[in-house]
Amino acid sequence: MTDLSKIRNFSIVAHIDHGKSTLADRLIQETGTVAGRDMKAQLLDSMDIERERGITIKANTVRIDYKADDGENYVLNLIDTPGHVDFAYEVSRSMRAVEGSLLVVDSSQGVEAQTLANVYHAMEADHEIVPVLNKIDLPASDCDRVAEQIEDVIGIEATGAIQVSAKTGQGIHQTLEAIVNELPAPTGTRDAPLKAMLVDSWYDSYLGVIVLVRIIDGELKKGMRVKFMSNDTLHSVDRIGVFRPEMETIDVLGPGEMGFLTASIKQVRDTRVGDTITNDRNGTETALDGFKPAQPVVFCGLFPVDSAEFEDLRDAIDKLALNDASFTFEMETSAALGFGFRCGFLGLLHLEVVRDRIEREYNIELITTAPSVVYHVFMRDGTMVELHNPADMPDLTHVDHLEEPRIKATILVPDEYLGDVLKLCQDRRGLQEDLTYAGSRAMAVYDLPLNEVVFDFYDRLKSVTKGYASFDYQMTGYREDNLVKMSILVNDEPVDALSMMVHRDRADARGRAMVEKLKDLIPRHMFKIPIQAAIGGKVIARETLSALRKDVTAKCYGGDASRKRKLLDKQKKGKKKMRQFGKVDIPQEAFISALKMDS
Amino acid sequence: MDDWRNGGFGLYVHWPFCQAKCPYCDFNSHVTSKIDQKEWVKAYLSELKRHSELVPNRVLNAIFFGGGTPSLMLPETVAAVIEEARQIWPFANDIEITLEANPGSVEAGRFAGYRDVGVNRISMGIQALNDEDLRRLGRIHTVAEAQAAFDVARNCFDRVSFDLIYARQGQTLADWQDELNRALSMAIDHLSLYQLTIEEGTAFGDRYARGKLRNLPTDDTAADMYQATQDICENHGMPAYEVSNHARIGAESRHNLIYWRYGDYVGIGPGAHGRLSLNGGRFATESIRAPGAWLKAVSKGSGDCVNSRLTAEEFSAEHLMMGMRLVEGIDMARFQQLAGHPLPQDKICDLIQLGMVSRSGSILQATDQGRAVLNAVLRELLAD
Ligand SMILES: Nc1nc2c(ncn2[C@@H]2O[C@H](COP(=O)(O)OP(=O)(O)O)[C@@H](O)[C@H]2O)c(=O)[nH]1
Ligand SMILES: C[S@@+](CC[C@H](N)C(=O)[O-])C[C@H]1O[C@@H](n2cnc3c(N)ncnc32)[C@H](O)[C@@H]1O
Ligand code: SF4
Ligand SMILES: [Mg+2]
Repeated sequence: MTDLSKIRNFSIVAHIDHGKSTLADRLIQETGTVAGRDMKAQLLDSMDIERERGITIKANTVRIDYKADDGENYVLNLIDTPGHVDFAYEVSRSMRAVEGSLLVVDSSQGVEAQTLANVYHAMEADHEIVPVLNKIDLPASDCDRVAEQIEDVIGIEATGAIQVSAKTGQGIHQTLEAIVNELPAPTGTRDAPLKAMLVDSWYDSYLGVIVLVRIIDGELKKGMRVKFMSNDTLHSVDRIGVFRPEMETIDVLGPGEMGFLTASIKQVRDTRVGDTITNDRNGTETALDGFKPAQPVVFCGLFPVDSAEFEDLRDAIDKLALNDASFTFEMETSAALGFGFRCGFLGLLHLEVVRDRIEREYNIELITTAPSVVYHVFMRDGTMVELHNPADMPDLTHVDHLEEPRIKATILVPDEYLGDVLKLCQDRRGLQEDLTYAGSRAMAVYDLPLNEVVFDFYDRLKSVTKGYASFDYQMTGYREDNLVKMSILVNDEPVDALSMMVHRDRADARGRAMVEKLKDLIPRHMFKIPIQAAIGGKVIARETLSALRKDVTAKCYGGDASRKRKLLDKQKKGKKKMRQFGKVDIPQEAFISALKMDS
Repeated sequence: MDDWRNGGFGLYVHWPFCQAKCPYCDFNSHVTSKIDQKEWVKAYLSELKRHSELVPNRVLNAIFFGGGTPSLMLPETVAAVIEEARQIWPFANDIEITLEANPGSVEAGRFAGYRDVGVNRISMGIQALNDEDLRRLGRIHTVAEAQAAFDVARNCFDRVSFDLIYARQGQTLADWQDELNRALSMAIDHLSLYQLTIEEGTAFGDRYARGKLRNLPTDDTAADMYQATQDICENHGMPAYEVSNHARIGAESRHNLIYWRYGDYVGIGPGAHGRLSLNGGRFATESIRAPGAWLKAVSKGSGDCVNSRLTAEEFSAEHLMMGMRLVEGIDMARFQQLAGHPLPQDKICDLIQLGMVSRSGSILQATDQGRAVLNAVLRELLAD
């Protein structure tokens, strides 16, 4: 157990790729927390997908023992949080468990959109913030300029910022000293009832649910009976420990400390992030404020390509949900795609991660339908229904009006691309809220419909700015607009999985783009196929896919019989991967590709 | 009745050598300078003997020397094979013995030699009636040389067919119509007219993949060319009897009809395929493709690398795929007998409505339009 004055709890906030993980690795290595030979790059990112995509999804902690220049031994608890906007809410929650932050800025790049978004979370959590200028080994590094920018844009003192190269190790020692000297020690009372914050939790196949905790008051010991205050459930603590970054069991966690507990908990859903953990008897009276759970904002349908795999998909989804409370699902049936699930995600990245894991870890090929946001449909009778799936749009005669979710988007971009960015935002129905300059970079703040961002906004942004723009957003609320459901008819049959909500003013353009795309995506058949976009009964765009005229093997003699048979078998398998709508086969990739817009 | 009798019984002999490899060709053909034809005769005879034990007591309806370039075979080599076959299987009175010839690889004298040992039909690869295109197709002969070779052949044989490849780079519909009319004025009673196919693993295939094979006609132009081919040939009394084959009535290639009517055939030589009805089943055989390896394997007993019994689903599918290529179509009762189930009637009705097939009694035929998209028609008929 450590004396409160010798504890420092902190997080690192940074824009993606500014060196957060590398810096964390260095701190761990410098203090000898991990033997050099066990060092692998990016110790804190654990899951495969995270490693592959270079992003951290779950909060992780690591406990670092550090003997400072003042001769004292300190315990430093670093909490690592996701960098991506989808998980912004989780970042802001994790920040509440610590007292300070290192603000890492790449000194060859400067402040970016996620630097801002994350540092604001740190400020909201009342953190002491220590700026760190990283990558000073790069020739393009310009510490003075970036320090000035931090002062201008963020408004914190940065002239004395620590200059670091997480790559070479330069400045790491000063960083550790700054953590000890500039960040506050936690406060708390040892002889008080236990009060611990449930920071995060995840599922481990050997240990069950692992709960990450921050002790506020009192002590947490192995064998204790504890109560989760939000739902009054009781658990026997069978293990407590810390991460270094490997799990290490210890006997007791005292105030100000961070660590984990296990208590034979089966599902992540049984734990609530932000909950207060206390003794089962004579516990604390006052629970922590708590957090509201993250709400899914993007919904889409996931269907197995091979409909025989529906049960396997159910299994996979159940298992994933055990470890991811922010992911929601319910069964869905589609005339076109058969049985599947309507799933809710925190954002598009979250959607992709879950989908990839199902495909990769469970080996199920999926058809993903158009991602949709949650619309509020106000009925004439005064009630409101949440619309997660355009296919469920109620009969218009009963509908009074619709509201859609909006976001505040912050985009930082070099001057020369600003024009393209503004155009993109206008095209996506954005309303400009602010436009300022910091050096040669512009910062544009837009109020945008989430619907317009959800699908491919970020891809488009990257492409029009050659990757130089950074982007972050937060949800702001709902607003009424002229929204309609657009249906797609293929060979005169509506394809429910392709229907979508659009703004009336954009419907014609969207409809035209969709039918043109589909015309390229659907293979020619023996008959011509009309492809139409319609609102209600009114067709707003139409293309005709002409009939197949030539598809025959020119030479076919004795030796070709087997070859031809194998070829047809292959084609038949290919056909199985398509979905039949009436007499038309639509390839699975059409469901996503048709939605990508070129502008 | 044994099912194979619907198609008859033939012998295919593969000669795997050419003087030069054409860039579009994916036949099992190789260019080499040293060929010991005696060794090849020995190997062919050994393979014939092996098959004589598998399928004895059959009347042989046709022999086909294919390649590669069989016109590089010495007449003695051809003679030895024909003689051995005659020892094994009695020849039908009207046996057809075809030899494929490349007009760049024949000495005038050879045709007479082939005729004297029993060959009675020549199939010649002329490919184009335009020197520039012949060059682009990598052919080793000019139009004039091809014509000369054709004239020599027709002096020796009553039945001479030739092959053309259309939908070539830069070719327009009008170009092809003109060329086809000239071809028809040359033709005797049989023509094979193939749309250029870009095959994987060929020089054209590579060029195509790299986007370097330019000016190929679009699918729509190719479809127009196909339709024009049907009409023009029909008007000249040489209607299509198969997707790419045209003949005066009665002059169809009997050997190739065996494939399409799904009869039995023995296949010998590198890469040759066979279909044999044995022990109440239908077997697919396939020989080793590499000439050297094949020779070696034969000397040890057998050139086969595949000899497998086809399932009912496989052989009924093959019958359908091959049979629907023919204008005469297939007998659905025969299909049902082979497959153990009828063809899907709902699909047939749909296809009739679309004008792709027609039905009369138990005969199912593809229409002209249906034959042009036969792969799509077959996908429907064979879908489970
Ligand atoms: N040259 C140089 N590269 C660095 C430095 N720190 C990190 N990097 C590189 O920058 C990239 C992003 O680093 P990472 O730690 O994954 O960033 P994160 O996304 O903030 O976690 C990686 O390729 C690192 O190797 C540094 O000090 N100097
Ligand atoms: C074995 S060759 C005929 C004899 C000889 N080897 C010759 O080329 O003259 C068979 C015929 O198939 C046709 N053929 C070969 N490859 C083709 C392709 N890729 N596309 C269309 N027809 C092709 C040619 O017309 C060729 O004459
Ligand atoms: S087309 Fe004929 S000559 Fe040319 S390589 Fe093929 S088999 Fe040989
Ligand atoms: Mg990282």
